[in-house]
Amino acid sequence: MATEHPLSPEARSILGARISRRGVLAGAGGLGAAGLLAACGGSGGDSASSANTVRWGNWPLYLDFDAKTKKYPTLEKFSKDSGIDAKYFEDYNDNDEFFGKVQAQLKLGEDIGYDVVTPTDWMAARWIRLGYTQKFDLANIPNHGNILDSLKSPSYDPNRESSLTWQGIMAGFGWNVEKNPKGIHTLEQLFAPQNKGKIVVLTEMRDTIGVILMAQGVDITKVTEAQFMNAVDFMAKKIKDGWIRGVKGNEYAQDLTSGDATAVIGWSGDMFILASENEGKFDFAIPESGGTISGDNLMIPSTASATGKANGEKLINYYYDPAVAAEVAAYVNYVCPVKGAQAEMEKIAPELATSEYIFPTEKTASRLQVFRSLTPDEETKWSEAFQKAQGN
Amino acid sequence: MNITLPKVRVPYLLLFPGFAFLFTFFILPIVNLAQTSTETPISGGDTGQYEQTFAFSNYLHAFLDNREQFARSFIFATLSTIFALAIAYPLAYAIAFKSGKFKNILLVLVVAPFFTSFLLRTIAWKQILGEEGFVVPTLRTLHLLGQQTTITSTSVAVVAGMTYNFLPFMTLPLYASLERIDPRTIEASGDLYANALTTFRRVTVPLSMPGVVAGTLLTFIPAAGDYVNASILGSPNTKMIGNVIESRYFKIVDYPTAAALSFTLMAAILILVTLYIRKAGTEELV
Repeated sequence: MATEHPLSPEARSILGARISRRGVLAGAGGLGAAGLLAACGGSGGDSASSANTVRWGNWPLYLDFDAKTKKYPTLEKFSKDSGIDAKYFEDYNDNDEFFGKVQAQLKLGEDIGYDVVTPTDWMAARWIRLGYTQKFDLANIPNHGNILDSLKSPSYDPNRESSLTWQGIMAGFGWNVEKNPKGIHTLEQLFAPQNKGKIVVLTEMRDTIGVILMAQGVDITKVTEAQFMNAVDFMAKKIKDGWIRGVKGNEYAQDLTSGDATAVIGWSGDMFILASENEGKFDFAIPESGGTISGDNLMIPSTASATGKANGEKLINYYYDPAVAAEVAAYVNYVCPVKGAQAEMEKIAPELATSEYIFPTEKTASRLQVFRSLTPDEETKWSEAFQKAQGN
Repeated sequence: MNITLPKVRVPYLLLFPGFAFLFTFFILPIVNLAQTSTETPISGGDTGQYEQTFAFSNYLHAFLDNREQFARSFIFATLSTIFALAIAYPLAYAIAFKSGKFKNILLVLVVAPFFTSFLLRTIAWKQILGEEGFVVPTLRTLHLLGQQTTITSTSVAVVAGMTYNFLPFMTLPLYASLERIDPRTIEASGDLYANALTTFRRVTVPLSMPGVVAGTLLTFIPAAGDYVNASILGSPNTKMIGNVIESRYFKIVDYPTAAALSFTLMAAILILVTLYIRKAGTEELV
């Protein structure tokens, strides 16, 4: 580290700036600070050639957000320091859906409206395979080496030449503590009588089927088609028999809070936020038989302009600064992929520095597995079976 | 006056904007969809890469694999059309004949749901019918609902949501045709010693048939292709054909099957609507 406490004084300066800006804006009515900033920056629209912009498409609730100012503190700071106007879009809701929307433009080489995208591992693999990404200019990303060793060489990008992990996601069991006082650690406990008709599982095939497969004693890094189909049949039966009420994306969180669901196969970060927002009414655990881990990846699409690419690389580099990564992790509570962030977390939120959700220990990490990559044929066939099991 | 355009061309010129719009946003996509529907995966290609092989068997597979969802779509659409008619007819009748000075307010109230998004209204239904809403606990206290029974994630919730969402489409045409009825015809019926029920059956209903036909079509057609209600209020056991098309397109990235399913759905609706109009008589639509 160059300085002892790089974050605190800067954070304080942002905070100071924000307060003073709010003072200036008092009485400005509906005109938001963001609009004002954009006006000052002199950049408008989403045209790719705009010299000082970077457009980032990311999943919802996936970046530190200040509810009071309606701004993203770390992103604000990036814009302020670099002079690059960062436009942030929370419209990455589903891997398949996003790909479906931009695929035609990628194929034709037309601007898709983003300079940085955030697909999950298996989808990142597809983008790379199809040549829809650009290789990083590592000179722009000196923090490149900060990625955790365990994430350094995935099969789809062995040298991390065109992707860097944004956050890691664990999938396991989440439950309502009142209805499941003993917690849920096995598949039998998930399908306990009190949860009948109130179980929700994830639309992410690799997470839902991965957790079921591991409970069936299958190694998901080597899973065969027969084993996979067997697990899908298991899920289909649980749906037909009325145990599972829905197969959902992030909406499972609403079902838990509304009482419609009492037990889920869900994601660590969501469950952590739910638990803290509802005074411990919910809890999460990695199944005894193991959970899945996957990552969302920062990538530059092939359609980004040279400036868009360079700006995107600067943005990626910024978020690989351990202090910034810690600030993001303190908000999103997903697995932080950046070396040194744990030490930085000690300074800003010591209670989170020991969180297994953000910084899994060796022991925890050994219980998490990555679903093996699939060939295009398998991908189509397996996801078809998974969709059919959900009644589609 | 110096009119430079021959009169004959004027109607064509007036038609041009509409035709150009339909060509770009209806004909071209339909042709594209038709092309896609007979494609097959490129061997050794990546997910989502297809080539034209004129595989008409796609249609057969698409239909046979999803008979259950097709059947469910048409059953749900029929049920919600019937329920919407049952609710909308008395409503439209009351607004047309009995509302007096409140007529305009009532009409605005019928249209008011359109001021918020379709999605938001459906999500609101999910909250209302959910475990912590007031409907479920009330029904449980009254022992009308078992302790373990829920309303959301059932066919009941899906049909109820569809009935609600399409109700204005049923009410407005019904109101328009009821309102047009000449009160003197009803008086005449009374003069001829018909009682209220007979008047309603022999005069009001036949004269409101254009509204009934228009309303049922405007409800049934979108309801058959709807997937929002089934995905928000339903469960995996209540999926409709719209859900299958969405999943084929976005999740499995199987564009040909999604296209074939869309065409099959269009054809099925077209056949049913044609039969219905034949039976009801086309003149009723005018």
